[in-house]
Amino acid sequence: MNELLETGQTEWDLVIKPRSSIFKLNLKEIWHYRYLLVMFVKRDILSVYKQTILGPIWFFIQPILTTIVFVVIFGNIAKISTDGLPQVLFYLAGITIWNYFAEILSTTSNTFVTNASIFGKVYFPRLVLPLSKVISGLIKFGIQFLLFILALTYFLLKGSAVHPDFLNIIIYTPVVLIIMAALGLGLGLILSSLTTKYRDLTFLITFGIQLGMYATPIIYPLSAIHSKYRILIELNPMTSLVETFRNIYLGAGDLNWKGLTYSFGFTAVILVLGIIIFNQVEKTFMDTV
Amino acid sequence: MNEIIQVHNISKQYRLGQIGTGTISHDLNRWWYKVRGKEDPFLKIGEENDRSKKGGSEYAWALRDINFDVQQGEVLGIIGRNGAGKSTLLKILSRTTAPTTGEIKIKGRVASLLEVGTGFHPELTGRENIFLNGAILGMTKQEIKNKFDEIVDFAGVERYIDTPVKRYSSGMYVRLAFAVAAHLEPEILIVDEVLAVGDAEFQKKALGKMKSVSSNEGRTVLFVSHNMVAVKSLCDKAMILKNGLMVEMGNPAQVINNYLSNQLNKNLLLDFEDAEKAPGNDKAKLKRIEICPQPGNPFDLITVKTQLNINIEFWNFEEGRLINLTIFINTSAGECVFANGTQAVSLSSGLHKATCTIPSDFLNDDIYGISLMIVGDASYPISFFENIISVEIHEERKSTNWHGKWPGFVRPKLDFRLLPKD
Repeated sequence: MNELLETGQTEWDLVIKPRSSIFKLNLKEIWHYRYLLVMFVKRDILSVYKQTILGPIWFFIQPILTTIVFVVIFGNIAKISTDGLPQVLFYLAGITIWNYFAEILSTTSNTFVTNASIFGKVYFPRLVLPLSKVISGLIKFGIQFLLFILALTYFLLKGSAVHPDFLNIIIYTPVVLIIMAALGLGLGLILSSLTTKYRDLTFLITFGIQLGMYATPIIYPLSAIHSKYRILIELNPMTSLVETFRNIYLGAGDLNWKGLTYSFGFTAVILVLGIIIFNQVEKTFMDTV
Repeated sequence: MNEIIQVHNISKQYRLGQIGTGTISHDLNRWWYKVRGKEDPFLKIGEENDRSKKGGSEYAWALRDINFDVQQGEVLGIIGRNGAGKSTLLKILSRTTAPTTGEIKIKGRVASLLEVGTGFHPELTGRENIFLNGAILGMTKQEIKNKFDEIVDFAGVERYIDTPVKRYSSGMYVRLAFAVAAHLEPEILIVDEVLAVGDAEFQKKALGKMKSVSSNEGRTVLFVSHNMVAVKSLCDKAMILKNGLMVEMGNPAQVINNYLSNQLNKNLLLDFEDAEKAPGNDKAKLKRIEICPQPGNPFDLITVKTQLNINIEFWNFEEGRLINLTIFINTSAGECVFANGTQAVSLSSGLHKATCTIPSDFLNDDIYGISLMIVGDASYPISFFENIISVEIHEERKSTNWHGKWPGFVRPKLDFRLLPKD
């Protein structure tokens, strides 16, 4: 406010108009609200396990149980290939990375509907909330990733056929995580904007995430897919991300530039589109939610 | 003058009814007009927004062409009936929704207390919620830290500060929420109906804070309330909204007076010219009942200081019947404050009159229903007219800084004095 006084109060700080321009990303404003971002992340992490006895241990239990189920059903009953990797590691890698994406997508996609009561009363840059979901998703991922690393270390010490590529891990881990977060955020923004008016989509989201997992090489490796259908799976932008993740940590899987570039391009388009739609909706969504 | 808010031609349109399959066709229609560069067809539709009347269109204007300026340090009271557009105006000002047309220019930070407690998470403790809520309202971590003790002290919840707020009583919850917002130090504070909650002590605190915020710190307050006493004593200016239109803006006492007298004093007379249609039976009928405030200026507000004369005319159809009248004064909650009867007189057949005076400084502020009974032979009711007419008695209070509801059914002025030791 000091700048305001210096200019002699001739400038208006804020002009409220019916519509904003099509692509207005006010990063300065979001930076101003960075502390709110931190508080939302804290709230997400703290509130989920309040009044539970096991607390944060629940973050571990879920992937462990899912892995066991996958090992039993897909590994031992259906006998689906795991690219020659230990089944536990193969599934755990897929689940860890997929959970991260699914978490971001599902929490950001209901931003408007679940936070209507806050949005209806106070103004702050609406984008702060979905961004906070990305960060709290990253923290939850970090915890589950720790579990994965423990399992990986165990299998390495046991001398199993696992070959992490440490140089690529350093290069590609951030790449995979960032693209994945951006994709989840972009899709989430689009879906959250549309659900304010048309609730039909809420039915689709949970269902869609489940189906999406089967369209992504989580329970099977890309190499197990017949070459005729392979292109269909490769069209899924998640495919190359999951394969890259397995390649760098476990040494089996498909790491190629073409796939990653495709995922990156796809994600960039979705994210820009998401921000545009979100900006359009955020101003008046209270009237339609 | 130092204008801090400028509001130009603000209108807000809402779509009535449910959002369903019809919405998509309207949306497409809109989009098609937009593509061809034409005006939105649905913006033209819509009539005056009177919620009690059935309208012809699916769109309604919650606000229509609102224009006003607010100066720095001013406290502006916004009054109006439910659905007049008060909250919509505040929502636009606090940017929770965008206007349909028009423009608002603002200097400085705006913080709103629209139904306080925003973003409180029930599972988090009071302490955690202070930080979360402060951040939502736009405070930085340092600001909240500096104010933390003050906030807790103001709310008076120190003992519960590490308890999840879901265990708080609703009063404590609101106090904590208001305390955070009150320490926000925005240039413009928007306050909506905080007075509806909290006990008298807290109301006093909250209003005191509002007052000091504006007069000592030069900050601007927009205040929506149904509490006329508070608006009158706290605001520098008041505005009336009616069905989305701004009716009047100016001196609070004047504006409130106009608002209240417009709203009510109309129904103080009930007159039946035609004996056929008058209420009653073949023994007695009511012709006319009127409440006359004294002195009789029809534009004056009826307050606790006003004397009321009740004038009654009725037909008696039984020659020589012994008759007396009894009136009952009932509160809005339906309890009878008192009943009072005339002496019994043997009346001839025809029209008769009666009058009753309710002195000033007698009834408390409330809406009173008046029932009338025509009693035969001082023993049985001939006719009973229940709550046949009503009168609202407004608050009038000087020499007090407390704005809550005065308790009690009656409000006599007794000889009650302090006897200081010399």
